[in-house]
Amino acid sequence: MFSFHKSSRVFTGVCSGFLLASMPMLGAAESVGHYGYGESPTEEQIAAWDIDVRPDGTGLPEGSGSVDEGMQVFETYCSSCHGAFGEGMGRYPKLAGGEGSLTEDRPEKTVGSYWPYASTLWDYIHRAMPFFAPQSLTDDQVYALTAYVLNLNYIVDGDFVANKETLPEVVMPNHDGFTWEDPRPVVQNERCMEDCKEEVTVSDSAAGKNLTPSTTGPLDEGITE
Amino acid sequence: MLGKLRRLNRDVSKIALEESERLPSEERRRFLRSGLFTAGGAMVGGALAGVAPKALAATQYPPEIPPWTRSLGPGVVTDPYGVPSPFEKDVIRRNVPWLTADKVSSISFTPLQHLKGIITPNGLFFERHHAGRPEVDPQQHRLMIHGLVERPIILSMEDLQRFPSVSQINFIECPANGGMEWRGAQLNSLQFLHGMVSCAEWTGVRLSTLLQEVGIKPEGKWLLAEGADGAAMTRSIPMEKALDDVIVAYAQNGEALRREQGYPVRLVVPGWEGNTHVKWLRRLEVGDKPWMQREETSKYTDLMPDGTAHGFTWVMEAKSVITSPCPEMPLKNKGICQIEGLAWSGRGKVKAVDVSVDGGQNWQQAQLREPVMSKSLTRFSLEWKWDGNPALIQSRVIDETGYVQPTLAQLREARGTNSIYHKNAIQTWKVNGDGSVVNVQLS
Repeated sequence: MFSFHKSSRVFTGVCSGFLLASMPMLGAAESVGHYGYGESPTEEQIAAWDIDVRPDGTGLPEGSGSVDEGMQVFETYCSSCHGAFGEGMGRYPKLAGGEGSLTEDRPEKTVGSYWPYASTLWDYIHRAMPFFAPQSLTDDQVYALTAYVLNLNYIVDGDFVANKETLPEVVMPNHDGFTWEDPRPVVQNERCMEDCKEEVTVSDSAAGKNLTPSTTGPLDEGITE
Repeated sequence: MLGKLRRLNRDVSKIALEESERLPSEERRRFLRSGLFTAGGAMVGGALAGVAPKALAATQYPPEIPPWTRSLGPGVVTDPYGVPSPFEKDVIRRNVPWLTADKVSSISFTPLQHLKGIITPNGLFFERHHAGRPEVDPQQHRLMIHGLVERPIILSMEDLQRFPSVSQINFIECPANGGMEWRGAQLNSLQFLHGMVSCAEWTGVRLSTLLQEVGIKPEGKWLLAEGADGAAMTRSIPMEKALDDVIVAYAQNGEALRREQGYPVRLVVPGWEGNTHVKWLRRLEVGDKPWMQREETSKYTDLMPDGTAHGFTWVMEAKSVITSPCPEMPLKNKGICQIEGLAWSGRGKVKAVDVSVDGGQNWQQAQLREPVMSKSLTRFSLEWKWDGNPALIQSRVIDETGYVQPTLAQLREARGTNSIYHKNAIQTWKVNGDGSVVNVQLS
């Protein structure tokens, strides 16, 4: 019944607003709370869901964790996928190493070699790790894991303790490695219609590589050119 | 059940007799001799269970009268929610097992080789999950909008659907679509090479309507969208885009979103990286700066040959691909065939598509098939007389901004081979003399 009363009140509001506004303003006359649907969240409700952390530390909670504590938590929850020292397992991500590899033929994009912000590490571990039980760690455990992974990458010393003051101070090695404005389009192809090139050379073919999972119709098996 | 079936058979037989009364005498005799009536219950029972394809004679075309013409099929609501014919069993999404560690955080590909028109059926829309597909109860699900706003709100799904709705047709493409092919040709399949793009009609509330409702404070320049899945997927979106054409969508092609697509509510960010279309949307926060989340820093950034990376490369640049013929759909006959394909651009409408059958030496303008809509898949076709000789076929899209789809060589020159994302190069298919089609790359 409450919602019924509420919507009746809103309906009245809409009507009077509509009559007051001139016809050409229709659609543009909407103001804050125009529809009045939904509920106002309490501060507690907002705080419970507002889990994001920004590079300046906004969003980091109280609590702390050391590199040593992080090592223990890592062994329990993380090493089965990421390896004991963050070296990765199979297709599970490598977390450490790869320094200086970004210009190499096979770059290794790890927390140490690639990630621009330490805050992202706290935020991501907290929201999505461990993979099989996300949002199950305490804030202290997340701080400890953050400290440990940073230490695995030689970004902080072994006595580092992560908390909401120390973490925003950490400058990641690849902090300046990004541009945050899209430069595209960077390639300008021409719409040539005739005699666009002198020769055509096939440089590579998927035929015979046998990498294609089975689908319908003939695939690379048996095709040799 | 048996009693019901007998009654049904009786009724069917009665109707059949009545029907036969109206036929000329010779046809009536043939009708009465036919399987339906004389075989009685067995035949009707068989029809009710569905005609087993394998039980049929080899040919059912003229002069044969096929059994489905001489029997009754299952009645209405046999499938209360309809499913495709069993003959279409191969038209399915597929994954590449070696691509990811686990199917829970992985991708499946749309079978573009089988699709017609521009709309991807809901059950075939490509999937990208980072923590599996959650089973969200719409009664329990809430969308919270807060941050730098005048009036934060929590909306139930019922509340959300009370707002004015809009519908628009947009593609969604994963920026890693085709990303396995930067270094060379690996996969011989349209589905696996380009199937991380799909297109649907989305219905929901304009994000601008919701943001107007909560009132953005003057310093509110960015929006964080967050999912309710186990990845709590997040992306930062600048306010300019949020107020432009973004939809908080609850429906897809006329029905509620599929679970794989974010049921009960997702973001649709037309023309932008699929990853920004946050599924199972639970929270929108307005802020003054981007959040630099994992997805927008360590992933979905484009590594350049000099070791620097480009972030916030949201737009999916124009791309096209020939879908017929393709590796899964070889040419079976010489003579006139229709080269068909799909083209799209994250910057707007497709203006034109050109097709080459000689590896890009000469091009002909293809026909665009209506409807041609902004940030939507667009169909093109070109009639081609295949003489049975090998050919290198390609398509090249030009969008309304004048951007011309690049060659792979041009893209590699500008971006190297390690940027993973945004590989929108011209695809080359080699048509062999036997009509088979192979994924190749040109130097």
